[in-house]
Amino acid sequence: MPLLIHDIQYNTETELKTFSTGGVHPPENKLTANCPIQNLPLPQSAAIPVSQHIGAPANIIVNKGDSIKTGQIIAESKGFVSAFIHSSVSGKVNKIDTIIDTSGYRQTAVFIDVEGDEWVDTIDRSDEIVTDINLSSEEILKRCLNSGIVGMGGATFPSHVKLTVPAGKKCDVLIINGVECEPFLTSDHRLMLERGEEVLIGTTILMKALNVTRAMVGIENNKKDAVDHLTKLATGFKGITVHPLKVKYPQGAEKQLIKALINREVPSGRLPLDVNAVVHNVGTAFAVYEAVQKNKPLFERVVAVTGKSVAKPGNYLVRIGTPVSKLIDAAGGVPEDTGKIVSGGPMMGKALINIDVPVVKGTSGIILFPQIESERKAMEPCIRCSKCVLACPLSLEPFLLMTLSMKGMFERAEKEKITDCMECGSCSFECPASRPLVDYIRLGKSTVIKMARERVIKK
Amino acid sequence: MSNLLNVSLSPHAHGQETTRKLMTGVIIALLPALFTSIFYFGYGAVIVTVTSVLSCLVFEYLIQRFIFRKPITITDGSALVTGLLLAFNLPSNIPVFIIIIGAFVSIAVAKMTFGGLGNNPFNPALVGRVFMLISFPVQMTSWPVPKGFATGYTDAITGATPLAIVKEGLKNGEPIQQLVSQIPTPAQMFLGNMGGSIGEVAAVALLIGFVYLLVKKIITWHIPVSVIGSVAIFTTILWLINPEKNMDPMFHLLAGGVLIGAIYMATDYVTSPMNAKTMIIYGCGIGILTVIIRVWGAYPEGVSFAILIMNSFVPLMNAYIKPKRFGEVVKNG
Repeated sequence: MPLLIHDIQYNTETELKTFSTGGVHPPENKLTANCPIQNLPLPQSAAIPVSQHIGAPANIIVNKGDSIKTGQIIAESKGFVSAFIHSSVSGKVNKIDTIIDTSGYRQTAVFIDVEGDEWVDTIDRSDEIVTDINLSSEEILKRCLNSGIVGMGGATFPSHVKLTVPAGKKCDVLIINGVECEPFLTSDHRLMLERGEEVLIGTTILMKALNVTRAMVGIENNKKDAVDHLTKLATGFKGITVHPLKVKYPQGAEKQLIKALINREVPSGRLPLDVNAVVHNVGTAFAVYEAVQKNKPLFERVVAVTGKSVAKPGNYLVRIGTPVSKLIDAAGGVPEDTGKIVSGGPMMGKALINIDVPVVKGTSGIILFPQIESERKAMEPCIRCSKCVLACPLSLEPFLLMTLSMKGMFERAEKEKITDCMECGSCSFECPASRPLVDYIRLGKSTVIKMARERVIKK
Repeated sequence: MSNLLNVSLSPHAHGQETTRKLMTGVIIALLPALFTSIFYFGYGAVIVTVTSVLSCLVFEYLIQRFIFRKPITITDGSALVTGLLLAFNLPSNIPVFIIIIGAFVSIAVAKMTFGGLGNNPFNPALVGRVFMLISFPVQMTSWPVPKGFATGYTDAITGATPLAIVKEGLKNGEPIQQLVSQIPTPAQMFLGNMGGSIGEVAAVALLIGFVYLLVKKIITWHIPVSVIGSVAIFTTILWLINPEKNMDPMFHLLAGGVLIGAIYMATDYVTSPMNAKTMIIYGCGIGILTVIIRVWGAYPEGVSFAILIMNSFVPLMNAYIKPKRFGEVVKNG
């Protein structure tokens, strides 16, 4: 039976590709799709957190009172899975203190009072697009590490780690993620439209680093203009193909995108490399271009500021460390009816505690939700409609995982593969009884991971 | 902007579906069958439906108000659906007090004793119906001939259902050809012009509702198609083996409650399995049991029993038959 479905889905040229199990289609609300990227004016002060990536926080190497240039390293990578942090502004270090970040936790940040905008000399600030790649694979890797490149899709996994293929593993295809399946978000869309050539050069650089001859760019078909633009540009690049995908959330998840594009299934608990693929976001490809060709570290990014009541929603090129409030001011201020402000997409983003939090490398968008949309509906009894099961892209049983977590039956939850859950929110989105499925699954998941860790320690 | 922002975990977007909307969808899907039942059975259909729906709502209200002492949720539509489905499984001349007893069993015994919506293992309407069938076998098997409003409520002329005619006839050794002349033609059965429970007779109305349920994504195809498919395949095999002793598959699909059972009763959310693979096994089980009861059992009709029997396997199936998890294929990769 599954074979039959695959045949239809993957062998028909006319049918758009997509992943086969589960998925939902939330309203797209891409309000800022046609807003060109604007430069956000520099803030008066920037707070740059030392942990903007998955892995160990970086080690601060500047002191209070130091004069800093834009692009200068202020914190060094600590260990393999970690990333360098660069100053996004020039000026003086005012203090090193803690700040509440987008996830709601306190962490250390370097506070810099902005004076002018003096960049480190080594950065090529010209508008010229550099096509020739002069660096070797090892040099590219080193440059990515030193430029603080992390996954720009939101997960912020240090990119040099993903570019290091361990012995015994091989990679035969690079997948570039231009899916942007989260509603509202448009930063990747604009980047593909306005900086398409740079994205493709970045892709070629990544191909060289991974030593692969083939790269596939996956873009959901609600960005037809980006598909057409990149398809046209890709004719000038060797080995890069562009693939429109059927609009379905969560297609931007690595495992789902790999399934959609090359029909390989990443085994439970494993990584894309286990099916010989590596996935990078278009934003990452662009950052890699800037790092390798322009010697420019990652200290600014495109952020969509959007929401149904926002006066002037738009896409902004903003320096890391800029307070979110500056972005919102540029978009016309906080609307009267606002009830919730989310960093990231509506499906997986984090609700902000206040708007003084700094923009970080993983901030893809700021969404302002009206009060009526920001309150949860009361939980009703589960009517066992199985909509959550059918929506789960990993074929888990969310209703069961929630019940098991509620009742503290974590061993059983582990057997039911609770740790496979990527918290995409499709089940909670679909639930007609407004049950907080993902909340409880998160609880269960973290408990199960803790249990597994303790087991290892005991041994 | 108020000074405080709402902070909650993702997702921050939610679909528009609610329990009440889903139940309303089921009620809309049942409307064609309601109209045909009134068209064929006149006053009887109206009285039976109104009594059944009202008593279900009243019993649910009373239990929630005085025993559960919890917020009243009769507006969620689930009791209304139970009431409608119970009515659709009754003959049009059944006395009102029997309906009220049936509604009590459906709501109080089959649903609320287990904790109300979402917790009952057995389909409430079917528990009510089977209780009535066993307790009041005479009243439950006297089937008015469809005459619309030409006859009254209890004074309707009664006759046997096609299934009963065939069952009785085969038992008495009558040849199939002779029986076929006594039952309505397939076209009549398709339109519902035959004796039977008020909601089950008109295949055409039930199929219109089925299409609506599928289009609105209230149910998936798995259960109805596997029930109907397994009945069709099983009866075709029997018919091919011995056409002298067995009716053709078309008869089995159109006569009795296969369609209403497959589309509306077996697909009851609470009592049906929760993944595609299990739904198909469950549906085939219902289809096969229905044919076994019809062909070899004591009763001429077996859909209600088949669904209730398969209901009892649902918890077991949910626990042991799992969907193929994403990324499960590669074991030694």
